[in-house]
Amino acid sequence: MSAVGNSVARKDGIGKATGAARYADDITFPGMLHGRTIRSTIPCGRIRSVRLDFDTTGFTVVDHRDVPARNAVDLIAQDQPFLVEQEIRHMAEPILLLAHENRERLYAVPVEVEYDEGEPLFDPEKSQQVFKTIDIVKGDTSSALADAELVVEGTYRTGHQEHVYIEPNGVIAVPEDGGIAIYGSVQCPFYVIKALRCLLGDAHPNVRVIQTETGGGFGGKEEYPSMIAGHAVMLALKSGRPVKIIYDRAEDMVATTKRHPAIVRHRTGVTRAGRIVAMDVDVLMDGGAYVTLSPTVLSRGCIHAAGPYRCDNVHIHGRTVFTNTPPNGAFRGFGAPQTEFAVEVHIDRIAEALGMDAVELRRRNALRPGDTTATGQTLRDDCSALMVLEEAVRRTDFDRKREEYKGSNRSVGLSLFYHGAGFTGAGERNLKSKARLELTAGGVRIAVGSTEIGQGTRTMHAQIVTDALGIPYEDVEVAQPDTSRVADSGPTVASRTCMVVGKILEECAHEMRDRLGGLSPAEYHSRHGPLTVERMYEPPDWIEWDDALYRGDAYATYGWGCDVAEVELDPDTFEVRPIRLTAVQEFGRPIHPALARGQIEGGTAQGLGYALLERVVMHNGAMANGQLTNYTIPTTLDTPEIDVVMMENPYPGGPFGAKGLGELPMDGPAPAVVNALRQLGFDVREIPATPELLSAGSRLG
Amino acid sequence: MTLRFVLNGAKTELDAHPMARLLDVLREECALTGSKEGCGEGECGACTVLVNGEPVCSCIIPVAHVEGAAVLTIEGLGGDHPLQHHFMNEVGAQCGICTPGMIMAAMALGPAPTLEDVKTALAGNLCRCTGYAAIYRAVMKWRGLEAPPSMVAE
Ligand code: FES
Ligand code: FES
Repeated sequence: MSAVGNSVARKDGIGKATGAARYADDITFPGMLHGRTIRSTIPCGRIRSVRLDFDTTGFTVVDHRDVPARNAVDLIAQDQPFLVEQEIRHMAEPILLLAHENRERLYAVPVEVEYDEGEPLFDPEKSQQVFKTIDIVKGDTSSALADAELVVEGTYRTGHQEHVYIEPNGVIAVPEDGGIAIYGSVQCPFYVIKALRCLLGDAHPNVRVIQTETGGGFGGKEEYPSMIAGHAVMLALKSGRPVKIIYDRAEDMVATTKRHPAIVRHRTGVTRAGRIVAMDVDVLMDGGAYVTLSPTVLSRGCIHAAGPYRCDNVHIHGRTVFTNTPPNGAFRGFGAPQTEFAVEVHIDRIAEALGMDAVELRRRNALRPGDTTATGQTLRDDCSALMVLEEAVRRTDFDRKREEYKGSNRSVGLSLFYHGAGFTGAGERNLKSKARLELTAGGVRIAVGSTEIGQGTRTMHAQIVTDALGIPYEDVEVAQPDTSRVADSGPTVASRTCMVVGKILEECAHEMRDRLGGLSPAEYHSRHGPLTVERMYEPPDWIEWDDALYRGDAYATYGWGCDVAEVELDPDTFEVRPIRLTAVQEFGRPIHPALARGQIEGGTAQGLGYALLERVVMHNGAMANGQLTNYTIPTTLDTPEIDVVMMENPYPGGPFGAKGLGELPMDGPAPAVVNALRQLGFDVREIPATPELLSAGSRLG
Repeated sequence: MTLRFVLNGAKTELDAHPMARLLDVLREECALTGSKEGCGEGECGACTVLVNGEPVCSCIIPVAHVEGAAVLTIEGLGGDHPLQHHFMNEVGAQCGICTPGMIMAAMALGPAPTLEDVKTALAGNLCRCTGYAAIYRAVMKWRGLEAPPSMVAE
């Protein structure tokens, strides 16, 4: 039996179900101190003074003057300090660090910070400071709009979303022989290395990062752990002792990143027959106080902003701007859930303006193989927009339900969406990811920096190697990511871990099979000793991308999805209860059907939370509902039955035909739900669609 | 003060501040780190343990409350409980941080729960990874019950 395509036992073993798996907070070191971060309590201003009104004996105190080399978290820009020097740009910005061996004592001591307060800016529409602008131009949009038989306009808004991984952020820095080790809940160990190199300079060459079992990430542990690691390292260097920093839920919610809020404006020209002839899209994203990853989030958002539709004249203009709020960051979907929400709600409104069935409008305009996207990419046979649409309509009996539910408190809504897999454009080529396979006494070991954060990295990588090498699944082990011991396979983001890193591993396994020359790993090992194979990723050679013009092959391939949400409204409370969500998704081929299904079910639930429940209330530039009591994510009682349909359309460039999957399920639920609400008479252009919003909002005639 | 209770079947005596959180005592004094802290405010259920058979959030219970009681944590199930195996086999654990608490909450279910019973029993346990369906599949299988058709993994 092949491993790929079957739901083999997870490589995690049973540790997660017995409590034996060790997460950051479960680990202690002799002599360990606890770390605490003193943060700004204003959104904008300058520090006048910092006073420690207690006996500091036994405390380690670190501020910006303790930074060994550069006080900047090295991401796209180097504008965000590890510790504020003078200028405060947002609430909860780190100012000072304390460490002590007794946690109660550590949190009991008072630190007084005095400020000169400035005038904060919270409204992204008023911001003059632009982090990044993107223009995607295809054809001649203004004349096509002028000539269009009908033009439909609309503005759509999406709010912040908090990741709520159930394990808050945490790291431990441990001084060790000639260097320092960082253990932590991280998605991208090599990002942390990069940031620490910048912080520490050449004086501390021996830094390694070891990923501990990680209790969820969803993008939320992509960039912020670099900040926490820097803090723990500075405390450890100054005290000479291991230092653990674990955020509690409130600190995690208030201080760390969230999904970018967005405002998306559409002007779309159509013919009376329902052909889309021009799309003019304006995307504005609130980046927060520092650049962090906003340019790339904007990029992915813009590339997906025209939706999975063919159109000869497209102009997408995007910008991400500064506000005095904590930086927004990576979150599953990375800009696309915002823009795909907008375009999918807009499509239903266009259908309404035309007096046409919304499914029919999608059918007429959905991308087909041979069509070009907004960036001018010609789609290949692995484009499945129509296939998922037809299957979702058929499976849910959509047309009949639409009719049948008219006039009741029930309705159905649909969304069609796609998601590019891997880094954008030349990203994968520039990244030069590597993967390594090592022969062991009884099999092989996978040595990559890709992290297991719940999605099943270890398992699917082992399946790919198993079949490509032709050895038993049990003989493949997966090394814990330790940057001193594994190959830098690039960050665990962008739905690339299976498709890209899995592909390099497949090639490593083929090379190893050849080098073994017919011997089993054990035979080879006993005769010839160790053997290591390392390879670098080669993206498909046909990919052409112009980063200045934003034209070309944005992604090697795309996953495709169609969601149908069936909802019920309580007319007295305006509460919306999802009854069922049908998720039809094509992502090449599932390596592990049960894991893939889990990605779709989990991503869909997050999408439903985004649609209906998850409202971040900002007050004076900080999250005011930063507790799980006030920020609700779907519980068992809020999560409906999720009917998952996995369709196959193999991508020749992926391992065993697989494409990326992790983010795709996040894009569809919100527009499907809002389109269902439209059938109930609610003209919703904003999420989350809370009862307050519905009761106050405008109703359709 | 000196506290006496039965922890995972064994008589236990330890010194702790009566107001110390049960979760901290379990994790730090008893080195039982299987119970997790997801929120510290009784909202996520990651810290769920059974006290005299009833699921409680150990993050909001002062340890004095369990004086004389029987406390069961995930470690008390050993490493080979059928429900643990079903959780892994059905991929009811993705990142796994909610899993010990989920399992302890499910332990309190009666012998033939309906899907609604399972949902209600687990309503205080948050999982951000799975969307819960795989968790229902694991619990139903453990009880020898079929999950509804659309919930059965192929
Ligand atoms: S940690 Fe106890 S309920 Fe969340
Ligand atoms: S498996 Fe990650 S929170 Fe439940």
